[in-house]
Amino acid sequence: MRTDLYQGHDYYLMDEWLTEEHKLIRDTARAWIKKEVSPIIEEAFEQGKFPKHLIKGLAEIGGFGPYIPEQYGGAGLDQISYGLLMQELERCDSGLRSTSSVQSSLVMYPIWKYGTEEQRMKYLPKLAAGEFVGCFGLTEPDHGSNPGGMITNFKDMGDHYLLNGAKMWISNAPFADIAVVWAKDETGRIHGLVVERGMEGFTTPTMTGKWSLRASDTGELIFDNVKVPKENLLPGRSGLGAPLSCLDSARYGIAWGAIGAALDCYDVALRYAKERQQFGRPIAAFQLQQKKLAEMITEITKAQLLTYRLGQLRNDGRATSAQISMAKRNNVDMAIHIAREARQILGGMGIINEYPIMRHMMNLESVITYEGTHDIHLLITGMDITGENAFS
Amino acid sequence: MKILVCISKAPDTTSRIAFTDNNTKFDENGVQYIVNPYDEWYALVKGIELKETLGGNVTTITVGGSDNEPIIRKALAIGADDAVRVDLETGDSFVVASQIAAYAKDQGFDLILCGKETINYNSSLVGGMVAEMLNMPYLSLATSLTMEGSTAVIEREVQGGVEVLEVTGPFVLSAAKGLAEQRIPNMRGIMAARTKPLNVIAAISVDQTAEIVSYTLPAPKGACKYVDADHPEELIRLLHEDAKVI
Ligand SMILES: Cc1cc2nc3c(=O)[nH]c(=O)nc-3n(C[C@H](O)[C@H](O)[C@H](O)COP(=O)(O)OP(=O)(O)OC[C@H]3O[C@@H](n4cnc5c(N)ncnc54)[C@H](O)[C@@H]3O)c2cc1C
Repeated sequence: MRTDLYQGHDYYLMDEWLTEEHKLIRDTARAWIKKEVSPIIEEAFEQGKFPKHLIKGLAEIGGFGPYIPEQYGGAGLDQISYGLLMQELERCDSGLRSTSSVQSSLVMYPIWKYGTEEQRMKYLPKLAAGEFVGCFGLTEPDHGSNPGGMITNFKDMGDHYLLNGAKMWISNAPFADIAVVWAKDETGRIHGLVVERGMEGFTTPTMTGKWSLRASDTGELIFDNVKVPKENLLPGRSGLGAPLSCLDSARYGIAWGAIGAALDCYDVALRYAKERQQFGRPIAAFQLQQKKLAEMITEITKAQLLTYRLGQLRNDGRATSAQISMAKRNNVDMAIHIAREARQILGGMGIINEYPIMRHMMNLESVITYEGTHDIHLLITGMDITGENAFS
Repeated sequence: MKILVCISKAPDTTSRIAFTDNNTKFDENGVQYIVNPYDEWYALVKGIELKETLGGNVTTITVGGSDNEPIIRKALAIGADDAVRVDLETGDSFVVASQIAAYAKDQGFDLILCGKETINYNSSLVGGMVAEMLNMPYLSLATSLTMEGSTAVIEREVQGGVEVLEVTGPFVLSAAKGLAEQRIPNMRGIMAARTKPLNVIAAISVDQTAEIVSYTLPAPKGACKYVDADHPEELIRLLHEDAKVI
């Protein structure tokens, strides 16, 4: 890959709404990425492997649980800081951001919110420091958009729980030390359990053949009569609302992250269009290319405004799930369109891995599907405004 | 070791450079500032490295208005212990050096570090002036600094080779590329920087010795011509007939 020349774009001067610390956090993440990740990301993507040596650095820039309180090893930051970190990570690669947002929002968040004090102290500091990597098991082979139909279940055996079932499409699964697994008890109610690597009957086969998010490892979680200690149940909340609240946090991060991917595509395309000459002029001088670029920055700016406001609402604890759905849906769709247009601006060069655009485009195909598909988020908005459930 | 590091801001290298007021003032509109790279990457990091191996304290000093505080916080996030800001909006190198010397004179610093130059004005004046004002030795453009007991061993790049110097006692050193390796702050550092002391002190009164008369932008870069590697004679012809340099 070429030298990473990325520069942020802030058409509406929204940086003025950020604190100095926000900017320092963002610039630090950007500097770390340019130094440690940009030079190797294409290769990791090609090999289809998450570059594990980055975990320590990800922890150091605050990539694991930045909003988790300091007493548990987090940085105690606000939601805008979390968003900015996700934006910088996904600016580089959606897979890198996925590793970070799964750990933060889908593993640390439920342990922090629904775990006991012992569970928090046992897991959170290690997860924050990157000594442990976690994954989140909700989706099953036959239950994706409809996780409430899950069949993974556990039985109370007196001194432990006996867990059976299988999860699929689980980010970080192949190398995770712990998994937050959602399973039904004997009455059919959903609970979260922390399953640790090494427990008998627990395996995590890797899923191969992905054309998307290749720099993030995805796998299955298979539970074959796994004995889970009773103290590993997250007691604070049960029912489908518990995993969905984690998804709110992760989706919020994705809304920021998608802007990062879009910014990178726009940044590359803008620079290329100014430099590339055809018919004796830079291609940026042709109206058709200007239309693409102008529409890109317009859409990015709208998404930035939407997402910043969502961040304020989340800081105040007022953002609704439906508001988060709207931002996730809008921003990922915006990014995927920008990736496609940006690729065209680069002509043939757009398909070469010297530039990040095809990688972003392929990655975004996962991002538009996971954490609630594009359709499902529309149904959430639809239900929110009409009061009618169109899911089933 | 008690170390003072001089830190100033400089426009981000991607800034659009323009002037106002009949080309007498730099147009700050839309310009993002960073820590001057020679101060941050080399001088500051060297100071922190010395503190980590020998113990002591790293203080930064910045002459400028409150708009410098973001870059000061960054220096604290990278690992300085405390910071001083001399509250003064503008001034030439002499004024800046006078402020630093006035602060440093009774503080007992063993070492005062600065970058070899700022990337906007490139004057390379402050370090030498501070040394002179404090009557301390000045070692410029250092690419290596190691302490051997109370003796400092300094390397500087000179035409065609490396010069090795030794100095004992307090001294002022300007940092060139290679003196240390850039450090990216981490989240712990950023959090710690929130509570590190940043002391704002009043400026002493000094008159400027120089005034900027005007600025001009360099001529735009000409288009690049590629010469086929198989035809070096074409390069010779171009250099001779077009560029007229040989
Ligand atoms: C790379 C990757 C990583 C992932 N990581 C994780 C992870 O870490 N943890 C985890 O638990 N899951 C993870 N997932 C799973 C992801 O959340 C699911 O793929 C997603 O929820 C969609 O489920 P599905 O693939 O079964 O599609 P389906 O639910 O089968 O959907 C197929 C299509 O039908 C549409 N559809 C479904 N229901 C309706 C409806 N009611 N009305 C209209 N249209 C509908 C969908 O929008 C979609 O277009 C990951 C997925 C990918 C691709």
